Amino acid sequence: MAELKFRNRRRLDLLGLLPFLAYVAVFLGVPTISVVVGAFQDDAGGWTLSNIGAAAGDPYLHAFVVSTEISALTAVVGAIVGLAIAFAVSASPPGGVLRQVVSTASGVLAYFAGVPLAFAFIAAIGSQGLVTKWLGAVGLDISGFSLFGFAGITLVYLYFQIPLMVLVIFPALEGLRPQWQEAASNLGASRWQYWRLVGGPLLLPPFLGALMLLFANAFAAYATAAALTNGIIPLVPIQIAAVMSGNVAVGQENLGNALGLGMILIVGLALAGYAWMQRRTSRWLR
Amino acid sequence: MTATIEPSTEAKPGSPVRLAGLRRGYGQVTALDGLDLDIAPGELVSLLGPSGCGKTTALRIVAGLEHSDAGAVFVDGRDITKVPANKRDMAMVFQSYSLFPNLTAGENVAFGLRLRGVSPAQRSKRAGELLELVGLNQHYDRYATQMSGGQQQRVALARALAIEPKVLLLDEPLSALDAKVRVQLRDEIRGLQQRLGITTLFVTHDQEEALSMSDRVAVMNAGRLEQCASPDEVYTRPATPFVAAFVGAMNRIPGIASGAEVEILGQRLTVTQPPEVSAGAKVTALVRPESVLLTPAVAGTVRVARSSFRGPVTRVTVELADGTEVDSDLPSPAAVDLRPGTLADIRFAPEPVMVIS
Amino acid sequence: MTAVADLTVATQGPRRKLGKGRVAAWLVLVIAALYFLIPIAASVEFSLRGVHDTHDLSTWENLFGQPGFLDNLITSLELAAGTVVITLVLMVPTTAWVHLRLPKLRRLIEAICVLPLVIPAVVLANGVLVAFRGGPNWLTGTPVILALEYVVLALPFTYRTLDAGLSSIPLTTLVEAGRNLGASWLTVLLRVVVPNLRTSILNASILSAAMVLGEFTIANLLLMNTLPVWTVQAGQQDGEVATAASMLILIVTWALLLLMSVFGQRGARRTGRSG
Repeated sequence: MAELKFRNRRRLDLLGLLPFLAYVAVFLGVPTISVVVGAFQDDAGGWTLSNIGAAAGDPYLHAFVVSTEISALTAVVGAIVGLAIAFAVSASPPGGVLRQVVSTASGVLAYFAGVPLAFAFIAAIGSQGLVTKWLGAVGLDISGFSLFGFAGITLVYLYFQIPLMVLVIFPALEGLRPQWQEAASNLGASRWQYWRLVGGPLLLPPFLGALMLLFANAFAAYATAAALTNGIIPLVPIQIAAVMSGNVAVGQENLGNALGLGMILIVGLALAGYAWMQRRTSRWLR
Repeated sequence: MTATIEPSTEAKPGSPVRLAGLRRGYGQVTALDGLDLDIAPGELVSLLGPSGCGKTTALRIVAGLEHSDAGAVFVDGRDITKVPANKRDMAMVFQSYSLFPNLTAGENVAFGLRLRGVSPAQRSKRAGELLELVGLNQHYDRYATQMSGGQQQRVALARALAIEPKVLLLDEPLSALDAKVRVQLRDEIRGLQQRLGITTLFVTHDQEEALSMSDRVAVMNAGRLEQCASPDEVYTRPATPFVAAFVGAMNRIPGIASGAEVEILGQRLTVTQPPEVSAGAKVTALVRPESVLLTPAVAGTVRVARSSFRGPVTRVTVELADGTEVDSDLPSPAAVDLRPGTLADIRFAPEPVMVIS
Repeated sequence: MTAVADLTVATQGPRRKLGKGRVAAWLVLVIAALYFLIPIAASVEFSLRGVHDTHDLSTWENLFGQPGFLDNLITSLELAAGTVVITLVLMVPTTAWVHLRLPKLRRLIEAICVLPLVIPAVVLANGVLVAFRGGPNWLTGTPVILALEYVVLALPFTYRTLDAGLSSIPLTTLVEAGRNLGASWLTVLLRVVVPNLRTSILNASILSAAMVLGEFTIANLLLMNTLPVWTVQAGQQDGEVATAASMLILIVTWALLLLMSVFGQRGARRTGRSG
């Protein structure tokens, strides 16, 4: 009798979760599933793989390639620079000024991405930009530098990639116990040997994980590129937006879904890699 | 541990260590205030003291992990003060997080050998031998997270011994372990150290550990060395009141000074060092619990406050007329009748006592 | 956007020393500082440009008078408020319920709340367009749909904040005490749970509001008129106005974050906890 009551009670409890589950199902689940399903549908509602085929061909393939290149580049550069900064902060005195500054800055810069970032860079190195003027005064003409090209986007994306890296890798750095370096030193290791044999191997999983997180972050970014280039640069998010706004031939909507599916897969894969690396790290990072 | 010592561990004569005038300050705080200490070859000296007394600082200076503001460290007669930590040929065992988490126990032990260019086959053989020495040869392929605290410290010890260091430095290696493991490991470390004859510096705040393991105990307080002597001497003939109170339990009994003697509770005892006070002045006598003798008496002068059975010995706490509590350690059979509330007579063993004003 | 890590808390004793790498470290930090500060400085300078190379506050003074600015600002503020309200009404009872009755499902709920990070905003917008195209106009033709989707976007942060807050109070004891005294569930929620979660609720609200004020992707793709969308459109004509507007968004966001940390400390001091 008690067991029956318990099971009913359990079902009743689950009921309390209903509003939340329903909400997420409707406003997250339905749109997502629509995209995934729509990727395999043709205009008549039947099943087809032609959207996938089209998405894998030019010009969309080119967009995937460019997106991957920019994401990979900003991930690698962001990871290295972020690691260097995190390292410098980790070696600074606890409670010191540097830590406070970097901590506040990382939090604040996280909200910078998107529209404000785009205009900040236009203000800095756009054709009328402050830095452009400064450099012009010294005789360096960078007006040929296109903020809307590959290099420009990379430069801008780093602005939010680097703080993200600092935030993500910092706990791992702090988790490296000084006893390990001291013990290694005692046993005769130089600093380089410590990093090669102990520190490096320990930092590798979180570093790789962070790399994947940064990749996913850059791949999924839309606002910054859109605000900056008004849709000129060949990136996958921009392409999806173009399809959505009907800038391409009518009836291409399912193609947009296919592109979206591709994005979900790539971003999802990268984030899964990140999560897996995090689990491996937590084995020793406590 | 029953493993024999391998022939490759030739009975290397231990290296003498000398600390001369070590000084170290951090801003306003003085961690070390002129430490002088001589350690004979193969000796195990404990640095004993409360937290903040500078014992860990001293150890880390010897290891080369910290620098001293003044003073020098000599090993084998050589001044190694300026030698970097990784060239000092010493090995240290830390209180916690000793092992490299990404290496197995065997790889940890072989680490020092790897740095010295020993071939993989040779070093894994040696690592195996050392792990067997500490009784953990089954754990060769285990990682730190898969071992208990005691096992990790054993591996850390094996790792330290693998490089046959001139000096072994132990920084409270047992403090993070359970009581039972602590006692067991204590004996094992001491046994190994004696067999191998390695000069060892052992930092601890646990005086029982220090007393049971050491050839000599160096008691430190606020950056200074208070006394360095054999455990027996530090216990029975403490050089200063601090040492007397820190090492072993100590009662403080109010008394009256009288020349070379002191009168406490009607009994006159000689004084180890007459204090600079006039006769008749109030002083405090330091008496060990085992020197306090109680006998139940119907018209006793003190009353039993509580009694704590500790196996072979019972600690009986009595209250004096003025409220002072005095602990007495008696063989348990003798304490049977001294239940809380009963009255007793109190007497002190006829030995010299230390007196402070 | 990720949760802010507190880099100021030292997790261990003696730290690694830099030694010879000191110069390199400082070089990295200086270059990084320049890289991050120059765009901000440039934004400020850009927004202060007047005619003929002078600098004045004309852009800022005229900002509110720009066509569409005020309307879009109000829309964005309303969206922020709406998102916060829906989030709190949905997530506070849900999270509390999970803590109270279904603690084993916490990890599952957390996983669900992380999903919005996996679906890029572009794709979500695309999905909304596709899925709700046939919907009623009051839902899909107005910013209402934005608020509803923003709640989803903010889930990773709001859930974590509320979850952390609930973990730090003796929820079961409090609720049982309330129920024992005869309070209804609603009363318990409003008068027992919420007051104890003040800091977390405030933090979750501010994080959501900050996100909404700056959100561009979904608003743009669903052709809604919010401040960030207006800013980009304005930017096609007048870069100075756009820069000033985007800076305004930033300033408001940072002010909200500042409020969050001030109230957070105040609350902790009062209750003796860091909630």
